[in-house]
Order: sequence, then C-alpha cells, then structure tokens
Amino acid sequence: MFLEIKDLSVKIENKNILNGLNLNINKGEVHAIMGPNGCGKSTLANVLAGKEDYEILDGKINFKDNDLFDLNIEERAQEGMFLAFQYPVEIPGVNITPFLHSAINSKRKRMNEEEIDNLSFAKLLKSKASDLGINIDMLKRSVNTGFSGGEKKRYEILQMSILNPDLAILDETDSGLDIDALKIVTEGVNKLKTKNNSFLIITHYQKLLDYIKPDHVHVMVNGSIVKSGGPEIAAEIEKDGFQKFQ
Amino acid sequence: MNSETLNTLDTYSKNKYKYGFVTDIDNEKPKKGLSEDTIKFISLKKNEPVWMLEWRLKAFSKWKKMKEPKWANLNFPEIDYQDIYYYSAPKGFEKKPKDLSEVDPKLIETYNKLGIPLEEQKVLAGVAVDVVFDSVSVATTYKGELEKLGIIFCSIGEAIQKHPDLIKKYLGSVIPPGDHSYSALNSAVFTDGSFVYIPEGVKCPMELSTYFRINAENTGQFERTLIIADKGSYVSYLEGCTAPKRDDNQLHAANVELIALEDAEIKYSTVQNWYPGDEEGKGGIYNFVTKRGLCAGKNSKISWTQVETGSAITWKYPSCILKGDNSIGEFYSVAITNNFQQADTGTKMTHIGKNTKSKIISKGISLGKSQNTYRGEVSFLRKADKARNYTQCDSLLVGNQCGAHTVPYIDSKNNTAVIEHEASTSKINEDQLYYCRQRGLSHEEAVSLIVNGFCKQVLQELPMEFAVEAQKLVSISLEGSVG
Repeated sequence: MFLEIKDLSVKIENKNILNGLNLNINKGEVHAIMGPNGCGKSTLANVLAGKEDYEILDGKINFKDNDLFDLNIEERAQEGMFLAFQYPVEIPGVNITPFLHSAINSKRKRMNEEEIDNLSFAKLLKSKASDLGINIDMLKRSVNTGFSGGEKKRYEILQMSILNPDLAILDETDSGLDIDALKIVTEGVNKLKTKNNSFLIITHYQKLLDYIKPDHVHVMVNGSIVKSGGPEIAAEIEKDGFQKFQ
Repeated sequence: MNSETLNTLDTYSKNKYKYGFVTDIDNEKPKKGLSEDTIKFISLKKNEPVWMLEWRLKAFSKWKKMKEPKWANLNFPEIDYQDIYYYSAPKGFEKKPKDLSEVDPKLIETYNKLGIPLEEQKVLAGVAVDVVFDSVSVATTYKGELEKLGIIFCSIGEAIQKHPDLIKKYLGSVIPPGDHSYSALNSAVFTDGSFVYIPEGVKCPMELSTYFRINAENTGQFERTLIIADKGSYVSYLEGCTAPKRDDNQLHAANVELIALEDAEIKYSTVQNWYPGDEEGKGGIYNFVTKRGLCAGKNSKISWTQVETGSAITWKYPSCILKGDNSIGEFYSVAITNNFQQADTGTKMTHIGKNTKSKIISKGISLGKSQNTYRGEVSFLRKADKARNYTQCDSLLVGNQCGAHTVPYIDSKNNTAVIEHEASTSKINEDQLYYCRQRGLSHEEAVSLIVNGFCKQVLQELPMEFAVEAQKLVSISLEGSVG
C-alpha cells in the first residue's frame, strides 16, 4: 500500500477535528476529498504534511513503507510528499531559484542521488516555467511576495513539477482562481500524472473535477469519510449539496 | 615573478625576522596599564615625530578627565584600563600555533564552511607561515597600479612618517580626541590602521581592503583609519573579513575617520566577526568603535554598510556629518546577536548643508538570549533647508528569550526638513518555516533562508564577492540557535 490512513483521530486546542478517518491510496491513483467547510479537509492535509500544531489521539499512517509519524516535516517532503497550500505564504527577499534549488537537492541527498548543479537547475526551472506559461520575470521575484492569488497557485504547481513528488496533496487549489487560471493549474497537474505518482485533491466545489478526473471520490463530514465511490459522487454533490451526507 | 614582487617578498621576510627574534627582551615588553610612559613607549616603538607624541599625550590628558559613555543598552563589568597591555609587537614565530592542528577545531570548521583556502586559514588563525605567496604578490601588483594613479594606501604608521602634512591636517578633524572617552583612548594609544588618500578626480579602480595591505596583521586592538577622498574622487573600502579572527585582546576601541571633499564619494563596507564568546557568554571581544564621516564638500557622498555578527559587546554608530550642500549620507546595517551577545548599534546623521539627504536601513536579528538595540539620531540644523531623511529599522526575533529595541531620536531646527520613519519588529514566522520545511529544507536551512531574505536590502549593498561570503556568514551566525 502506498498511503494507508487507519482510524485517524486528531485534535487541536481541545477540539476534535478528525474522528477515526480511514483512507487508502494506491500508486497511480487520483483521489478527491470533498466536504463542507470545517469538516477537517485542510487538517487532514496538514497532518499528512506533518504540521506540528495537532495532537494525534489515535490511528496510524503508512507512507511508502514508513510510519509517517516517525518522520518530521522535511523528511516527509524529501520522501516525496508535496502539499500545494491553500494560502501560500510570502517570504520576502528569498528568490525562488535558490529556494527550490536547495529543496530539490535536499530531496536528492536523502535519496542518495547526485546533487543538481546551478546551471542545470536554472535550465530545468526555466523549461518547467514556460511549460506552465509562467513569465521568466516572475522567477526573479521573491517567493510568493506581492503575487496575486492566481499567481501564487501557479507557483505552487511550478514547485510541484520541479520536485516531482510521489504524493501530491492539493489543498483547495481551486479556491480563488478564475476559470483561465484554473485551466492552467489543472493542465499542469494532468501533465505530471504518471503511473507512479498519486494525487489527493481536496476541494469544496466540484468544478475542479471537471478538469482533473479522479479515480475515487470521498465525501468527508465531521472529520471522517462517510461515502466513497467514483466520479459519479461528485455529480451527486453538485446536484444536491452536502446536506444528505450530514 | 617580477623583480618588484621579489623585493617585497624579501623585505617582508626580513621584517618578520626582525620582529620575530628580538634581542632586547626587556625593552620589547611594555608595562601593563595606561600612563604617559606607555604612550611614550608606543610612540618610540613606532619611531614617531615629536608632534605625534604630543598629540597622543594631549589626548591622554583629556581621557584622564573623562567618563565612559553609559547611555547604551549594554551590561558589562567595569573595564580595568590598568590591567591591559597597550602595545604588543607582532608575535614571534615561537608563540604562534605551528600548524592548523594546534588551532581550535571549531574555528577551522567555520573556515571550511566559508570555503576559505588553506593558506589563508593559516594566516587568519595566526599560524606561523614564512610568506603567504599569493596575497603578497597580489598586494605588490595592486600597490604598483595604485601608485601610478597617485593613490596613497598604506598603514597609518607609514603615513605619519611619509605624509605628515595630510595627517596633521586631517587626523582628529572628524573625531576630535576629546569627543568621548573611547576616542580619547584610541587617540592616545592607537598602534595601527589604514591610511588612504585618493587624489582629485581619481576613481579608485579596485576595492581597497586591509587584506591587500601586507602589514595587516595585528591591527586589531586600537585601530585608527583615515580615508580622504579629494575633489571628484571615488573609493570603495572593505574592512574586516568574513572569517572569524583569533584574537587574545578583549578590549577593542577603533576610530575610523572619512573625509569626502566636493563631488567625492566614499563607500565603506565592514564585516565584523570578532570572537563573540561561547554559548555560556564567557569571553568575547568588547568592541567600542567610533566611525564618522564628514561630507565636507558640495555633492559629496558617504555610505556605510556593515554586517555585525561578532563580539560579545558591540557599541558602534557609523555616522555622517552632511556639511556640504546636496551631500548624501547612507547607513546600511545588519546586526545579528546570538547566545549572550549584546549589540547597541546604529547611526547619527547630522544635516548641516542645504538639500542634504540621508538614508538609514537597519536590520537587527536577535537569537538565543541576546539583546539587540538600534540607536539612531537624525538632526537637522538651522540652515539645512529642504533636507530629507528616510529611516527604516526592522527587527526580527528568533526564539523567545532575546530582545530587540529601537531608540530613534529626531531633532529638527529647520521646518522645511522632511523625515520618514518606518519601524517593525516581528518574530520569525511559523508559517514561513512550515512552508520551507514542506519543500524539504531543514529547520536550520529554513531559518537561514528567511533571515537572509530579511537582510537582503542591506547585503546587496556590499561589493559582489563580499556579499556572497556575508550570506554564508549570516547562516553560520544562526547555527545552534534553533530546534
């Protein structure tokens, strides 16, 4: 099993957010989690990435034969987990090139691969950027600083394509995007999809799933998954809302 | 190798020999403490003319009547001035470490992280080497080129001998010996430092650095530097070194004076990385520095850039007196304090002439249990019509046991003056750390990246090669502070 979440219960500041959540993802699969606001979708994404604000009450997570709780944030990233943030944070004065260069090399180091040199990296970054329709001038700016919502999301996808993760978690990547930006972002995701990597797409709306075809759709309510199935569930939600699952 | 290089090598080796194997031991060893005798001893050792000795003695008599300035946000025990040696000849070979294996491994580790070549490491660590081939020959080539342009670049001792007119005219003209007790102390007992004179209309074609001055060793304790840029000239001067220096002296009190005449520009960059003391706050240099520049002529410009990461105590306010109309003063500063370090640093911009402009960008980073204070004074005198100042001081706190303080003074006697002031204090942002770590960077790498980003505005003012080293230095200064 590639990713296996078993009976996961999590709380933050005395409030239970996840309650006995189960989810299995195989290599090469695209999963979507849909749910109303406050159901714990983003918490799940952050718990997977290793954010330290949460208290794990119960459960296990296995990722690529590792007990995920044995790994800290950066080790999970180096093992191939990527989180595209809902609200990417601005880091003034830090240029994207050295930032991503360090990131890719820390991953390579963990995998005992040779580090990529400055020149090859600059080439790689340029070609990936032009694939995603990102202006070269944008690469000269500081990470996320002064970017519009759409630019930030595109930047997340650029980083994802450079780091080439085994498991990519997209946390409400569609929120705040107009239809053109949404197309660019989803095209980027579709290009990255292979038999060897998996996607976990967290979304409130069904719109995103018009562009990225999930293999499995899960409905999440009150911190656990209440229904799983194929793309037809997304259509059901589009029609009737989350009401009948609650 | 040309014959000039050979000559230099020759004299260099001989000088070493002369100082290394002293015959008159008693005479070489001055008494501890500060007295007229000590000053006479120093002056004699430096073979100085009488007027110089008199100048020193006058400063000493002023010092005796003065008290140390106590307004800084610093805590340290009383300095016993009678418990210090004020003159030490360059150390003989026998006292120095014989090779790098005798040097503190921590120091070597830092050198390696900074990527400093082995030969250079030896010099910095004070290892006895006969001749450092590269830097000597480089220095010789440079010296020849500078001489052709009429630029004087030598030690202050040499300048006292060879250029007494310039020294008499300018030494103490910006920082009078009686300014405060540390300047009086320095004036009385200074032993070395640099002298630069750029003639009218000459743009100095290279960065001048103490590194290229052959006799740059042992300039630490009471350094005295004087830089004069004559009309329409330009010079960029680099002080210090990103590598930490081994140094046994605890008290440092340097004085640096800059004079820019009409249309001249001086750019002065410092990286200060003296020993900061250990993790428990033991040891470390007390650094009391007075740096002041005078924009004497119209349209002149003086720009200070400093990266302060070392010393247990830093007391330093590189300042500009904007006397000439349309003159410009700038101050760019990064001060990082870690463990038990204390820094009280900033600048003073005094607007005298019309249309004078000043700009202050200060970035303070506090870690561990350290205290970091920005102290600045901007004043506009009565005739400073339409003068402007822009001040931005930002503080970044890493952890919750350190302190950041901002003490700006503004004093305006002219109502056409325009002052802008921005200040911010923030803690290192957990979301930024999380974001960086999610991309695979370690906690330490993430902190270093964010701090470097925070300092970028200042670091980019440094000359190119220096800026890269300074970035590495910033990272090293943050080590051991997180987790």
